[in-house]
Amino acid sequence: MPTLTSRAKQVDRRPMSLAEKLYLPAIFKGMAITMIHVFKKKATINYPEQKRPFSPVFRGLHILNRDEEGRERCTACGLCAVACPAEAITMEGAERQPGEEHLYREEKYAAKYEINMLRCIFCGLCEEACPKDAIYLSETFAPSNFNRASFIYGKEELRIPHPKEDPEGYKKALGNRAKK
Amino acid sequence: MSEQVNTAQQFPGQVHDLPGGGIVLSKLDDVINWARSNSLWPLTFATSCCGIEMMATASAKYDFSRFGFEVARATPRQADVIIIAGTIVNKMAPVLKRLYDQMADPKYVIAMGACAISGGPFFYNTYSVVKGADHVIPVDVYVAGCPPRPEALLHALISLQEKIKMGMTREQIRTGKE
Repeated sequence: MPTLTSRAKQVDRRPMSLAEKLYLPAIFKGMAITMIHVFKKKATINYPEQKRPFSPVFRGLHILNRDEEGRERCTACGLCAVACPAEAITMEGAERQPGEEHLYREEKYAAKYEINMLRCIFCGLCEEACPKDAIYLSETFAPSNFNRASFIYGKEELRIPHPKEDPEGYKKALGNRAKK
Repeated sequence: MSEQVNTAQQFPGQVHDLPGGGIVLSKLDDVINWARSNSLWPLTFATSCCGIEMMATASAKYDFSRFGFEVARATPRQADVIIIAGTIVNKMAPVLKRLYDQMADPKYVIAMGACAISGGPFFYNTYSVVKGADHVIPVDVYVAGCPPRPEALLHALISLQEKIKMGMTREQIRTGKE
């Protein structure tokens, strides 16, 4: 019968020689491998002190974007909430009043914008659905917590810092993800 | 993301310097909590893809043994913490409850991933999924993500250690009062 693979190997069934019976050469051979690994570079990343760079396609916490003048981009159209497979996004729209033009870019804005991080699966479909580039997923992961209530992120947690009032925080939060 | 430091080495108590040495004064409760928090053996309980991330966290790259999560035990009798990694379906819920009951006190629970904390993508239009493991057993730490990164799980493990060191009950932590 022909063998199915070319990797078939005949088992050596000869009686052991004296050196093999002693087992000592085999032990030294094994210890040599152990010693080599002692001097190799360690694979462990000491997490809280050292951090591993994330992949450029990693999707983390959401950020509600502003434009260059610090006005909120979101118009509360609800496309992200429709696109969300876990239905984690809730929002309430409101109309911009005269005198609020420096706060909101268009006539309508999100008065309330909540993402339930318990349900969110960080798929990024909200980012894809958004016609105004108002939401994008950043490079930070969602931190763990002891209670459920703290996982409902409101506008305060999601909004990017103001580019004029807090330029450093804005730059840090922007990363290299947001579309210009 | 809150900044975290590894507090495992910090022994609770105050050092009093005396001529010819010094003494450490501490509360027995604090010492017990410190000892407990630095030796938490997890139970191997992975029901879906989050389990792969849990295995990655146990592997050499992240290595949760550094924090005292020494080895994952395959029996609840020897485990201190159960990491619920994955979807809990209705058929699995009584098994999870039984495993939790079989664990020796003190026992802790980490719910990992969207499925275990709320049902996640199965929250609507699914007949078979439990909407969050805390419908079955009490949960100490929640980790969001689908699946969470190993860093996020390590963050949760350190949070659990901090929670044990605080020595507060679930109610006290929820209401924010001592």
